[in-house]
Amino acid sequence: MLERTPHAFVPSADGGRSSAGLASNHLKVTGLTLEVDGKRLVNDVNLELAPASFTVVMGPNGAGKSLLLRLLHGLVAPTSGEIHWGGRPLDDGLRKRQAMVFQRPVLLRRSVAANIDFVLKGSGRARRQRLQEILERTGFLAQAKQPARSLSGGEQQRLALARALALEPEILLLDEPSASLDPAAVAAIEEIVRGAHAQGAKVIFVTHDLGQAKRLADDIVFMHGGFLEEFAPAEQFFSKPRTEAARAFLDGRLTY
Amino acid sequence: MQDLGEAFSLAFGLVLAGDGDLMEIILLSLQVSLTAIAIAALLALPLGALLAVARFPGRGAILVLVNALMGLPPVVVGLVVYVFLSRAGPLGWMGLLYTPTAMIIAQVILVAPIIAALSRQVLEDLHGEYAEQFQSLCLRRHQIIGALLWDGRYSLLTVLLAGFGRAVAEVGAVIIVGGNIDHLTRVMTTAIALETSKGDLALALALGIVLLAIALTVNGLVMALRATAYRNAYA
Repeated sequence: MLERTPHAFVPSADGGRSSAGLASNHLKVTGLTLEVDGKRLVNDVNLELAPASFTVVMGPNGAGKSLLLRLLHGLVAPTSGEIHWGGRPLDDGLRKRQAMVFQRPVLLRRSVAANIDFVLKGSGRARRQRLQEILERTGFLAQAKQPARSLSGGEQQRLALARALALEPEILLLDEPSASLDPAAVAAIEEIVRGAHAQGAKVIFVTHDLGQAKRLADDIVFMHGGFLEEFAPAEQFFSKPRTEAARAFLDGRLTY
Repeated sequence: MQDLGEAFSLAFGLVLAGDGDLMEIILLSLQVSLTAIAIAALLALPLGALLAVARFPGRGAILVLVNALMGLPPVVVGLVVYVFLSRAGPLGWMGLLYTPTAMIIAQVILVAPIIAALSRQVLEDLHGEYAEQFQSLCLRRHQIIGALLWDGRYSLLTVLLAGFGRAVAEVGAVIIVGGNIDHLTRVMTTAIALETSKGDLALALALGIVLLAIALTVNGLVMALRATAYRNAYA
């Protein structure tokens, strides 16, 4: 069990500022465990993430990446353990400052603009100007009136992302948002996410695409079999992975 | 008893000529059933949506009850409404028995469970798709219900159509509480029952033809609307 000991530390990406402040996007997770039908799907995860970093969660299928993201966002209640954002346990007030984009975009049966307007209305924000801004920024001005579900797969995911950004989240959680998209669509998604990060959003991005992780990550959370195997600055993770599971994954030997 | 061929030709004659009595009966039928559907929809759609999203003790029992009420026998509903509205009944002072209002009340009771049960199923499926996103957005229950009702609008049209079909075609309830009074509470189904028993097949057949035509038209319209919705990726 020794090699499975989680490595909890604040990565160097934000120069250690996070330990001083309690911004709502400073995440601290202790002993996070999720059991379903007696099976431990997420196992005693301890983690502390810096507020400003771009964190990529990696691991093979079934590693618990998506579950970890859902736990962090409060969509799934943990069996045990604690999640604190900015020193506060997760609640609706905190969750409203976060936005999540799912692997399969969940779009309403409405137009592109109405999908964005729906979340603006739900959050009580000033709508018209913000809607125009978002449509423009995410390249949907010309398609504003088009039914959302008639868009291509890549466009649908871009719209889901646009809708998430409409809420100006402090934390953006993305669950393999570009899986099964073509390279152009992947690039479009990455550009928008980078833009949101540059404007100050904390990003936690789940992917099993090594190239994408290298392009985006400040730090890497590597999951395997429900365990947090490794947590390290991206450069260090890719050049000198500490655990055998991470080495196997990076070498393409770990496929399950 | 008229000759069947003669009855058919008379029936088409009445329909084509827009016979006054025939038109009056058709209009009253539509007025009663459409009003009943509108009221039942107002009551039952939010109830169906609430049952689709809420989880509470006893929910299963309520679902069984609502599903069972879909099969209410119209004559029993007619009888119960009659008892309540009759002069000696608790609501007798309202003087509603043998009026179109009494017929609307009976049809609302017949149709509301159908709309509630079917819309619950439609909206629960839709909610299964949206639930995580709605949870992520921290939406309140009324916002979720509003969104589901709007996004399920084309499927719900089919639900309302099922309710309308039940209302416009039933005879047992409206004949008991309406009394089939000429120029007052005579609707297509009660007129068909009466004219058939009197042997006046022409009027009965004419009404039957109109009833079928209405059913076909309404179904056609709803199907066309749903096809448009599918084409536009709204359904």
